[in-house]
Amino acid sequence: MNYVYLIPLFPLLGFLINGLLALSFKTRSDEKIPGMSLVSWIGCGSVGLSFLTSITIFFKLLALPAGERVVQKIAFPWILSGTFHVDIGFLLDPLSSVMILVVTGVGFFIHVYSTGYMAEDKGYARYFSYLNLFTFFMLMLVLSNNFLLLYLGWEGVGLCSYLLIGFWYEKKTASDAGKKAFIVNRVGDFGFALAVMLIFWTFGNLNFTSVFENAPQVLAFGGGLVTAITLLLFMGATGKSAQIPLYVWLPDAMEGPTPVSALIHAATMVTAGVYMVARCHALFLLAPISMGVVAVIGAVTAIYAASIGLVQNDIKRVLAYSTISQLGYMFLACGVGAFTAGIFHLMTHAFFKALLFLSAGSVMHALAGELNMQKMGGLKKHTPVTFWCFLAGTLAISGIPLFSGFFSKDEILWKAFSSSSGHFLLWLVGVITAGMTAFYMFRLFFMVFLGKSRMNPHVEAHVHESPKPMTIPLIVLAVLSVIGGYVGIPKSLGGSNRFEGFLSSVFEGGHEVSAEATAHAPSAEYLLMIISIAVVLTSIFLSYRFYIKNPDIPKRLAAKYKTAYNILSNKYYVDEFYNKVIVNPLLNLAWFLWKKFDVLVIDGTANGIASLVKWGGGVIRKTETGYLRNYTLSLIFGAMLILAYFILR
Amino acid sequence: MDWIIPAVNLKLILPEIVVCLFAILILVTDPFLSKERKIWSAHLSWIAVVIAFIANIRLWNLQEATFTNMFLVDNYATFFKFIFLAGSFLIILISMSYLKREEILHGEYFSLILFSTLGMMLLASGFDLVVIFLGLEIMSVSLYVLAGFKRSDLASNEASLKYFLMGAFATGFLLYGIVMIYGSVGSTNLGQIINHITSNDAGSNLLIWAGAGLLLVGFGFKIASVPFHMWVPDVYQGAPTPITAFISAGPKAAGFAALLRVFLFSFTTIKMDWTMIVWIMAALTMSVGNIVALAQSDIKRMLAYSSIAHAGYVLVALVAGGETGVSSALFYLLAYTFMNIGAFTVVIALGRKGQDNTKLEDYSGLGSRSPILAILMTIFLFSLAGFPPTAGFMAKFYVFGSAVKSGFTGLVIIGVLNSLISVYYYLRIVVLMFMQAPVTRTDNERIKVAFCAILVLIISTWAVLQMGIFPQSLLSLAQASVSSIF
Repeated sequence: MNYVYLIPLFPLLGFLINGLLALSFKTRSDEKIPGMSLVSWIGCGSVGLSFLTSITIFFKLLALPAGERVVQKIAFPWILSGTFHVDIGFLLDPLSSVMILVVTGVGFFIHVYSTGYMAEDKGYARYFSYLNLFTFFMLMLVLSNNFLLLYLGWEGVGLCSYLLIGFWYEKKTASDAGKKAFIVNRVGDFGFALAVMLIFWTFGNLNFTSVFENAPQVLAFGGGLVTAITLLLFMGATGKSAQIPLYVWLPDAMEGPTPVSALIHAATMVTAGVYMVARCHALFLLAPISMGVVAVIGAVTAIYAASIGLVQNDIKRVLAYSTISQLGYMFLACGVGAFTAGIFHLMTHAFFKALLFLSAGSVMHALAGELNMQKMGGLKKHTPVTFWCFLAGTLAISGIPLFSGFFSKDEILWKAFSSSSGHFLLWLVGVITAGMTAFYMFRLFFMVFLGKSRMNPHVEAHVHESPKPMTIPLIVLAVLSVIGGYVGIPKSLGGSNRFEGFLSSVFEGGHEVSAEATAHAPSAEYLLMIISIAVVLTSIFLSYRFYIKNPDIPKRLAAKYKTAYNILSNKYYVDEFYNKVIVNPLLNLAWFLWKKFDVLVIDGTANGIASLVKWGGGVIRKTETGYLRNYTLSLIFGAMLILAYFILR
Repeated sequence: MDWIIPAVNLKLILPEIVVCLFAILILVTDPFLSKERKIWSAHLSWIAVVIAFIANIRLWNLQEATFTNMFLVDNYATFFKFIFLAGSFLIILISMSYLKREEILHGEYFSLILFSTLGMMLLASGFDLVVIFLGLEIMSVSLYVLAGFKRSDLASNEASLKYFLMGAFATGFLLYGIVMIYGSVGSTNLGQIINHITSNDAGSNLLIWAGAGLLLVGFGFKIASVPFHMWVPDVYQGAPTPITAFISAGPKAAGFAALLRVFLFSFTTIKMDWTMIVWIMAALTMSVGNIVALAQSDIKRMLAYSSIAHAGYVLVALVAGGETGVSSALFYLLAYTFMNIGAFTVVIALGRKGQDNTKLEDYSGLGSRSPILAILMTIFLFSLAGFPPTAGFMAKFYVFGSAVKSGFTGLVIIGVLNSLISVYYYLRIVVLMFMQAPVTRTDNERIKVAFCAILVLIISTWAVLQMGIFPQSLLSLAQASVSSIF
């Protein structure tokens, strides 16, 4: 476990080497991308090595007795200034070990996939260096043992997200989307930064262990300070994890390469907010109001994003809204105190959403970059591997029993209903969202793979299955999506929920709150389970009727409920609303400040002072005559002044 | 046969012995070297520095005086010797290709650098005003010769002569100060002086005050503080560029080594409050250095004024005093050595035979002609201007931090305003390098950088970034060095 620093170190080295390679390749202008295999080996190898290290460390952690599974490793002191002390230190506990496995594991397969997907791109080395840098920052984020290092990772992944969304920067929409993501995240990060400062102000320390241990003594339960801290933390989480009201960047982020969407905007970075809330559960549990806010925002985001997903036609945007919706589930779980369930869903979601995105990428690869689902259909016979993998992912996300999503989603729904801070309405929203999820996912599935082909004929002529580097990660992730849930089979279904047991030492506080859950009869849990399964199956059936049996039903419905359809397909006009209410007034204000205040007042003052100083420089320069006699005079003059001062004191 | 070790503990002055012996060795062997083999002298000299460095490492954590209490080895002196030896090492490396290019490769150059280094080491270890004077003169006389080493170049001759005349003049002040102190204390030993001052009512003793004032003039000249700075621009511009870099790094640090020890140890502020005058000197030095640097059009002259300004920042640390003040000064001098030598190395790399290319417009478009040199220059300039994450930022941060802690907020405000001004002239070069087209010139050939210069660039860049990002290890080294002088 002493080697924990190796986990982020490998991707960092990968970034440095690939970054240098990218720089040195740039000067040459051959047709073929040079050094491709070297870049691939370094890019995938570095993450692969971290993955292996993570596995080793995970098993070492598992070998420790349950109570001792918290290991802190200080690499070196980072900032020492007065009483302010921050280390570059790593915290290994069940929570972070799950996160590093997800990040390096899923990350590794996405790297491998990228070698196929990006094979013809000019910026191949640049792409891999960014991807490695992202992995490094993400690992720092989840391994950090203090808030500042967490913040560093947090900002770092934000930077990489920006770089990778705008990877094809010649495309205006891509660079705009990158900027949008960065700016929207800045709003959330502002809150996060304030929270970190408040924490330092309150505790005089930023180390997780000491902050969380002292929290119950320092902060009053439900007090204003802890509520402010947690709400600000959550504000950061809404930015990074794309929750209402800061979710708007994620759908646009789909302009980036598809593996990036899979890695950053589905499996890892966007879950950082969930991780952070779970990591700070000790603070959140002290603030019931914040918990309520987290749960409600989570639930509302879940159903809201799912409803938009119902009518989108862009394959990646459907998945993007689905991601927002699933993240809402995770926050719902955290908000009702079921942190384990949230992290469990985070893990299974990482598997199946990465799978779905990569499959979508494979579809795009087959169709020469086509994104519009209306121009697909009947791909099953052309791309059988992608078809089966996508089916596995769809079943998992829809919550079909025996697939991973079922276990995690059902646990969240059950906790939302049964936990002391849960509510019937939260459960209801969750179940309706589950129905919607199943509907739009199968809609996507049917429209892309089954039914009649609506493809452009000369695109159809070239449709092909993706190469091996792409299909093998798909198969691995498909297997994980199917079996990934078996680590957390709930007790009511005869399992032992090993996942919860493993994480329980981290979330002891959270356990107490949800302990009352056990008071409910198991029959209630069965009943809820059956209801949600029924809702999901009905949705799938509806979807089948709409898109396979009677493809004209959707059109008729859209015509009949025109207003509702327009609102949904225009995403509730939120982007327009934001532009009108926030962006444009800000732009106007900025224009005023620039033209009137800045140019006249600030620049005027600054330039005035600058020319004054420059003039002074010119004047004093004249004393530099080059004559020794003047120099000695100055020396004597100085000596006399000093002597006079000393003697006449 | 048994060797009987004399009463003097030779281990303590081993670094000095090594440097001195090698300097003599070079002088003796050089006449017998054929013209192609003159470079051997250079190799001998850096080997000497490396051996002395290793010998010096063995003295770390040792606190012992020798030569009847005139020569003191403590961590403070040892730390300074690390700075001097590192600086000399880098200078020797960049000198080799420069001397070859200018066709003035003579062995005595390296011998003189070693002698000068020896003088600095004596300054750092001197525990007696006489030894300090001796060290100062050994250092300075070698420098006078080195400044005029380009014998056929008029500017170089002028630099040498001006430096010598002014230096001799300032030395007179220093010596006179020593005499006055001897007159009132009856000893030149720093330990005796502090005893005398603390046990008597020194505040009313005019002789000691006058002596201290004259010492301040003498040291002020060596560290180039205003108003004793007038020689700096002429000498810096005229001297061969490696020597300019040398003067701005080692001798300045050596001047500070003696100044800090004498003033903070012997003239303790509790008994003699001289902070006000140094406060004024610091403020003036920073302001004049930075403001006049704005008006320069030659990079060597600009760096000369920048070096004056940096001396001002270190004086702020002297005003702050105390352990934090002195350790921040040590850290600053270490950082300055690397960033300044780094910047000068780039300046040298741009020169041609007989054509220094030190006009600011020679830097236009360097970013496209030689991107790596331009990036490195940018790092050094950022460090000089005090941007994170470079050594210059951390150094300023510690100096200003210690001054705030001692209650000199006003001086810190002046300092911060000054570093603001300095940003203008440092960044102007960065702007020229990256945002302007190269001036049309006849010799647009590739800039070739000698292997040794590349080595210096790598070491300096590494040091600047290391001290900027992970300052803790070197800062704690500096902190461990200062306890002995309080």
